[in-house]
Amino acid sequence: MTSPEYYRTAKIVVSLIAFIVIWQLACYAFKIPAYLLPAPSDIAVRLYEKRGLYFSHSEVTFYETVGGFLLAVIGGCIAAALIVVVPTLRDVIMPLLLVAQIVPKVAIAPILLIWFGYGIVPKILIAFLVAFFPIVVNTAQGLASVERELLELAQSLEANRWQVFWKFRVPTALPDIFSGMKIAITLAVIGAVIGEFVGGNRGLGYLIIIANQELDTPLAFAALFILSLGGIVLYGLVELAERLFVPWSVSNDANLEIARLR
Amino acid sequence: MMSAAIEVANITKIYPTREGKTVALDRLSFSVAPQEFISVLGPSGCGKTTVLKIVAGLSRATGGQVLVNGRPVTGPHRDIGIVFQTPALMRWRSAIQNVMLPVEILHLDQSKFRERAEELLALVGLRDFHNRLPSELSGGMQQRVAIARALIHDPAILLLDEPFSALDAMTRNQLNVELLRIWSERKKTSLLITHSIPEAVFLSDRVVVLSTRPAQVMEIVDVPLPRPRTSEMRISADFIRLVDRLGRLIGLEYA
Repeated sequence: MTSPEYYRTAKIVVSLIAFIVIWQLACYAFKIPAYLLPAPSDIAVRLYEKRGLYFSHSEVTFYETVGGFLLAVIGGCIAAALIVVVPTLRDVIMPLLLVAQIVPKVAIAPILLIWFGYGIVPKILIAFLVAFFPIVVNTAQGLASVERELLELAQSLEANRWQVFWKFRVPTALPDIFSGMKIAITLAVIGAVIGEFVGGNRGLGYLIIIANQELDTPLAFAALFILSLGGIVLYGLVELAERLFVPWSVSNDANLEIARLR
Repeated sequence: MMSAAIEVANITKIYPTREGKTVALDRLSFSVAPQEFISVLGPSGCGKTTVLKIVAGLSRATGGQVLVNGRPVTGPHRDIGIVFQTPALMRWRSAIQNVMLPVEILHLDQSKFRERAEELLALVGLRDFHNRLPSELSGGMQQRVAIARALIHDPAILLLDEPFSALDAMTRNQLNVELLRIWSERKKTSLLITHSIPEAVFLSDRVVVLSTRPAQVMEIVDVPLPRPRTSEMRISADFIRLVDRLGRLIGLEYA
């Protein structure tokens, strides 16, 4: 780890700790009741006490999130490819997409429940619906952003559509696909939780609803904590994949960093 | 007389615009002999690049025709290598992978051309930079990679579309000298589009001078400077006289 990176990490850790300490002290000093705002220590205790509970609920939410996310990636990339490669389809797909994006997902959720029951399927579908749009938009933009000169080079070499797509468009779009995926993974978590809020008997979203009803705010916060942690880990995994698959884009940043240091 | 490598015969290019039609090229004619180095010189925005695109088959002339090696150009053809104004390299590919791109697209023998790609990178002075990504190369180095890429499939004709106009003056001069060396080693018929008078004079056998829009051929000027040319010739009286003459021709005022 280079020293500026070390410094940055240290800054993040210190500010997080400071935030928690202030929160704890505030709860203590103003004697805020735990059902209103639990102190970090209350949350930690509840996390420990109910440690058996979270795992199964987390597992469900995890599957819903990842399932919806993967569907969104596959569907989003295909839709984007169609939009870019078959321009006539653009006017068919884009308005539908826009409508699907504008309709509030919270409002669709109950309908999906009627259609698909109370199982995992409607949650995956909601996560998919929420995560789909940023992937389509980013991917389509990326696929269309090949340098004009590069396309002329392809044309002058009589490259066929297939070659232009796989050798020119897809690699150009990869950084954008990953930016879309990074937004999508965080949205997919939200989608899964919305699904669980509306109807369900498992998952961290369900746990939060139950905790709320019982005024067990520390438990709700504990569930929130795990939810956030899981979201961050998933985001980190997407970022890791980006580093593996788009090293040229990431290495650019590294070069800038090095250039600045000199 | 040998038949021309490139024969531009009476080409016209008319663009439809909102106000009607814009004539970009007005009955241009010139020819390039095999292994000749010709520059098309003209003020910015006169349609020089359009000439190159028509020769490359990337754009169609509204009237007239272009013959390459005696055959009329109806679309893109593989007899040419193009160097663009920007390096147009793939950011995700190393220098040598960029040079190999045409080999992949044309389905040529990869292992055979790999050696050739290494040779060409050495020729353009990038022997030790095979595995660098474009972001790790300077602008001049990137344009060198682009030149190697244009030569990889051994085209008979090299088309250069203001390849050095984005570079600083020093790099530009240096690459002019290098281009001359490459040209004299590989003997490609070369067509350079440029708005730099000294560049056109220094590199070319003949210079086709275009007028402002609609572009017409004002004059085709012979460059009698002996070859091989050296950097020092740029300060010779002959060179300066020629630069001055071309400058007056395209209407540049010298203080």
